[in-house]
Amino acid sequence: MGHLRGEQSFPDAARGALADSQLRRNLGHATTTIRGKRAAVVAECDDWEELRLAGEALKSSTMARLDQHLVELEERVTARGGVVHWARDAHEANAIVTRLVRETGETEVVKVKSMATQEIGLNDALAEAGITAQETDLAELIVQLGGDLGSHILVPAIHRNRAEIREIFLREMPGVDPELTAEPRRLAEAARLYLRERFLRAKVAISGANFGVAESGTLLVVESEGNGRMCLTLPETLITVMGIEKVVPTWQDLEVFLQLLPRSSTGERMNPYTSAWTGVTPGDGPQAFHLVLLDNGRTATLADEVGRAALHCIKCSACLNVCPVYERAGGHAYGSVYPGPIGAVLSPQLTGVEDNASLPYASSLCGACFDACPVRIDIPSLLVRLRAQHVDANRGGVPSPEAAAMAAASWVMADHRRFAAAETASRLGRLLGRSTGRIGSLPPPLDAWTGSRDLPRPPAESFRQWWARERGQGRARERGQS
Amino acid sequence: MRIALFVTCLADAVFPDVGRATVTLLERLGHEAVFPPTQTCCGQMHVNTGYQREAVPLVRHHVEAFEPYDVVVAPSGSCVGSVRHQHAMVARGAGDEALAGRATAVAARTYELSELLVDVLGVEDVGAYFPHRVTYHPTCHSLRMLRVDDKPLRLLRQVRGMTLLELPDADQCCGFGGTFALKNADTSTAMLADKMRNVVASGAEVATAGDSSCLMHIGGGLSRLRTGTRTLHLAEILAATA
Repeated sequence: MGHLRGEQSFPDAARGALADSQLRRNLGHATTTIRGKRAAVVAECDDWEELRLAGEALKSSTMARLDQHLVELEERVTARGGVVHWARDAHEANAIVTRLVRETGETEVVKVKSMATQEIGLNDALAEAGITAQETDLAELIVQLGGDLGSHILVPAIHRNRAEIREIFLREMPGVDPELTAEPRRLAEAARLYLRERFLRAKVAISGANFGVAESGTLLVVESEGNGRMCLTLPETLITVMGIEKVVPTWQDLEVFLQLLPRSSTGERMNPYTSAWTGVTPGDGPQAFHLVLLDNGRTATLADEVGRAALHCIKCSACLNVCPVYERAGGHAYGSVYPGPIGAVLSPQLTGVEDNASLPYASSLCGACFDACPVRIDIPSLLVRLRAQHVDANRGGVPSPEAAAMAAASWVMADHRRFAAAETASRLGRLLGRSTGRIGSLPPPLDAWTGSRDLPRPPAESFRQWWARERGQGRARERGQS
Repeated sequence: MRIALFVTCLADAVFPDVGRATVTLLERLGHEAVFPPTQTCCGQMHVNTGYQREAVPLVRHHVEAFEPYDVVVAPSGSCVGSVRHQHAMVARGAGDEALAGRATAVAARTYELSELLVDVLGVEDVGAYFPHRVTYHPTCHSLRMLRVDDKPLRLLRQVRGMTLLELPDADQCCGFGGTFALKNADTSTAMLADKMRNVVASGAEVATAGDSSCLMHIGGGLSRLRTGTRTLHLAEILAATA
């Protein structure tokens, strides 16, 4: 499946990040800044909600006929001199790209920032074949040089601050100015010098795609730095890996998405660079173009009538920036190249929920992600649905303590007499916390609560007892007798 | 108006004062409060933890308990959210379209407390007196699932003697999230820590909200840290008089 699955469960993986005060500061600062920027540019649009509805509708209708749109895309790309390849999974996609690079005779490629190639672990696969893949997006470069993993869809190095980046550059960049400071301008200049040499040398580039327009066979990459455009225009061969869900039927659809995407993702009215290319154009740009259409779990997700909404994602990362869980635990805790709320629904769907069983629970269901999503993916509802799928997959056999407790609670609460009896029994809890009126420690598993929170002491009388005594039938009878 | 009180299982068992305050408030405004005695729990905990099948009998039970009433109120945004957004879905998931239809009808007559007061009963000044410094936490489900908007604040602004203080980052989740607080205790605690810092920074003596569950979380943390700040449900403040 590639890089969609972590080795640890979310709660375990989050623990380290939560204790890392520098990381918490970096994340808190960055997400707060980008939240503010996004809110300001969204507020400028009078028709933002209509745009979101349009985005949602376009995605739904595209998914309903995805097969036809993909075939049309293939026909148009081929007609314009491109070659289309279909990859069922990460392994196939990596094999195709590796073969294509080998056929050029090159051992070095430059890359445009791409989630699809991250997802399939392309750089590792190329390295095994003796091919060096150079990331050219600034944040991806920082992550690559630092021997690190990205932790954010849009800003992979969000967990790093300027001082850390300076250290990475000094350590890993050959020929870097030893007097380099942590000033953003100086850091950007160092990266620019380092990358410029590689752009000019590269014969092969690998990109992803934000959109693939079926009616014309056009691919689009949307970016901020222009490094992508260098890769898309200078080399002789261009290989694009695109998830099959990225297709849009017509050029007109871009009218909606090119408004939604930059505002949601970088908090800009319009992104600085939008590059579009259609097949090959003699004498201009790459003279060989390959498009690899990647499934890797997407058709299985598409088969799920409700769950397929996760494929509507345009990878803007607005949900990450507003998520209180992401802000504290960071992106690495999700164990997937797709972190945050959308990752928590997308990764388990792409891999099968049992392969990422802790992710659907990595949310307090606060709903901020749904509000922020430019294509209105109801992430909280999808998470709840995945939780049910996980529970249902584990039915039969000896029930877990949690399943037993839930079944017991359901039985008790399905009848008010049983519930009232349970309330009376719970009053035994009054034996605890007698001196303070609060319960400060409980045995496992409830110590997960009392580790950081007191629990109120159960009251002497439940509401229903009070009601029966004061307003209920008991009192009515008294009234009748008197 | 005759109003059925869905007190919620948590308020019934742990915070009966919230239920009593709701009754006091409705009666003071001249309405009749009734407590359908067969009610138990909306099943939100089951649904949100993945036990949808176990939630089916609870949804049926809830619908049967509240079907006879024209107006239902609950002092909880999240339980009303569950009734409105989950009950029909759970019934449908179990293949029971008839129950889904009945659940939808009950949901349409079920209101969160501030919605009932402002939208249905048309009052903002409920005649309360509460001479304390108070800050309001808009709980996630009230805010984003029910869109109660500033209704609770409009009610609080009319309370005599009270100083209403702004809560920094008010719309951020407190980290409760039901079983999330147990399954992801560390992350939940980190979210709670920030919420408590903001409550304390507001300078309030009392933090209020429309959900006992979130208040149990925030109050549990404030008490553990001996902050000297306490929590009270919105209903308790609105029911207070001189």
